[in-house]
Amino acid sequence: MFSDSSFVPGREKLLAAGLSGAEPAARLGLGSSCADQWLEGGLAAQGVHEFYQAGEKDGPSLSGFALLLAAMRQRQHGGALIWAREVKAARLGGYPYGPGIAELGIDTRLLTLLTLPDAKAVLKAAFDAARDAAVSAVVMELTGRQPLLDLTATRRFALAALEMDTMTLLVRGKAKPTPSAAHTRWHVAAAPSRALEAHAPGAPAFVLDLLRQRGGRDGLRLILEWDRDTAAFRIGDHVARATPLSRPSSAMAAGGAGDARRPRAA
Amino acid sequence: MRGGLARPEQPFALVEKQRGALRLAALSPLAAQTGIAPGMALADARGLVPDLATLAHDPEADAVLLGQMARHCIAYTPSVMPDPPCGIMLDITGCAHLFGGEAAMRDAIAQDFRQRGYTMWLAVAHTPDAARALARHGGADVHALPLDALDVDETVRLALRRAGIRTIGELAALPPATLAARFGAPLVRLLARLTGSEDPHIVPHLPPEDIRAELRFAEPIGRHADVLDAIEWLATQAAGALAESGKGGRAFAVQLCRSDGHVARLSIETGTPTRDPALLMRLFAERIDSLADPLDPGFGYDSLVFEVSHAETLEQQQRSLAPDAAGPADIGPLLDRLAVRYGPAAIQSFATGNSHVPERAGYLARAQDGERGSTSIPGETGEPPLRPLFLLDPPQPVEVLATIPDGPPRRFRWRGEQHLVRLYEGPERIAPEWWRRRQGYASPGFSRDYYRIEDEDGRRFWLCRHGLHGRETSEPRWYVHGLFA
Repeated sequence: MFSDSSFVPGREKLLAAGLSGAEPAARLGLGSSCADQWLEGGLAAQGVHEFYQAGEKDGPSLSGFALLLAAMRQRQHGGALIWAREVKAARLGGYPYGPGIAELGIDTRLLTLLTLPDAKAVLKAAFDAARDAAVSAVVMELTGRQPLLDLTATRRFALAALEMDTMTLLVRGKAKPTPSAAHTRWHVAAAPSRALEAHAPGAPAFVLDLLRQRGGRDGLRLILEWDRDTAAFRIGDHVARATPLSRPSSAMAAGGAGDARRPRAA
Repeated sequence: MRGGLARPEQPFALVEKQRGALRLAALSPLAAQTGIAPGMALADARGLVPDLATLAHDPEADAVLLGQMARHCIAYTPSVMPDPPCGIMLDITGCAHLFGGEAAMRDAIAQDFRQRGYTMWLAVAHTPDAARALARHGGADVHALPLDALDVDETVRLALRRAGIRTIGELAALPPATLAARFGAPLVRLLARLTGSEDPHIVPHLPPEDIRAELRFAEPIGRHADVLDAIEWLATQAAGALAESGKGGRAFAVQLCRSDGHVARLSIETGTPTRDPALLMRLFAERIDSLADPLDPGFGYDSLVFEVSHAETLEQQQRSLAPDAAGPADIGPLLDRLAVRYGPAAIQSFATGNSHVPERAGYLARAQDGERGSTSIPGETGEPPLRPLFLLDPPQPVEVLATIPDGPPRRFRWRGEQHLVRLYEGPERIAPEWWRRRQGYASPGFSRDYYRIEDEDGRRFWLCRHGLHGRETSEPRWYVHGLFA
């Protein structure tokens, strides 16, 4: 499927873009000046970003965070959103619920869900979507170990993102980080929300750990809260006061991905 | 009018008994020239034409002969009607071209009957009434016919004549309302049928013909590229036919007929009507690639059929002179391609249902069906989402510890793990839809109490108590129905 021969011209271009420091113009700010400075203006909108779940049960937060980023990208770009996942994902974690997505402030008319039989189909369909100029962002959800989603595959996504102006968000539930060409890699966990009146749960909140950033520093730790009304994230400064987080904050080793400046033969 | 027994040079007449006297009923052409007329008493006629031969008039034999002639006419058209006393009506709608046009058909019928020894007058017109009138009175224009051609009482005809009207054309020029007021509606109707302004024919409903293109080969073809080329040629043909009728196809099928009789069928569907051969070829190539067992040409295909199985109106579109000048491109072609590869059920959109029960309020529909939900964001500014991002189907049972049976949960166990409730909101009571149940309100089903829950780690759940404690059930069960982001 991802044959090397068709990849060769792309690698040149990708390397040129990555090495010469030619930054893609569009960036997605995360609502915190410190974080945006760390990320040199925010997440690359024409890039590939990986999200791993921090805890066993953080699946919904993981998908939710990626989807919210995709929605932000959609507002910036104007194209359609594609969410590709396997059939078995719905058996384990439920199916995406339209009213709930609308309540997050996402226009469900722009979102198309692809429920595909296996990982190969998800990969192929998501790649086709990423290669389509009408798409602003692709959320690709794959759980467990995925040998097909290797360095070559993610590079192709990175190339497609650069070329076609699409953003690809890899949602990797129940998986260990493997080498990839993603621009950033994150751990996502649910964060306690800012309690409303009468002890009601508040807006969705997330704990983010930046595990890896191509050509940049890692080790950033963020607590973000989603503001539906402005369709943007804001810093969740309530969490430290509410409950101390018990998770370790050290960045995880990037599974032998090596440095993006020295890519191996793909 | 029919073959007689008399010698050809002798005038003869058919007589019948009317009002106690023998009167002439019909005359031979020769007899008609002698000055006698039908309806004349036989005695008077004999006075004028002494050697008039006579035979008894036999109306039944006439009818039998007319029937035989009508049956003979079935060779020309399937709808034939004897038109007594002496006519046959043929509906030649859609038959004339088989004989080379209306005039040629008329000549063929005339010659046929002349050879059988009949004298006849033929006329072709748009309505049966007009054809009858023209055949009886001659001419080519109904409007030029005398008033006699109008099949009405002699008194009406007389009144019209007195009013100075001589031809059908003059009568038709009068306002119909005036005619109806003076002579009644039937006259107006008769006139309309005669002049062709009212057509008594039915217009049969014919289903629109499928657009199809076919290609046959003298030598079977087997190479993949050849087959694709042939399909492309057919797609171009079909696209031309679609463009002519101002339509675009939504569903297409190709039948690959192998020389040993096996037929492989490939079908594709598109989200919007299209007649772009390049797009169709991409979809067909996709379809061939995604086949579970690949196409086996065997000894080759000897014919290919391309069908447009479903077509919709598609207006001709102006191609933009400046490409990419408009907003973002259309996602439709991508979805079509994916639908061909993975089946239309895999491509889903979020539809909203007309119900307050969560699983029916929002569901996943096929994107190709065009069902897209509304986008209105419920809730007020500053509120968190009240509906979960994921819905579990079916809801999963949990063990719940609550302080009071109809109160909020304190802690719960789901998938073997304890969760301590830190924050909660609820209950949001959702009554059952008793109108959907067979017994109706008599057995409405259980109400559900929904709680938005956040545990001490910040995970958010949508818990539901099925049944009201004490009122509907003594031991309500708890379920996780949804998961929030």
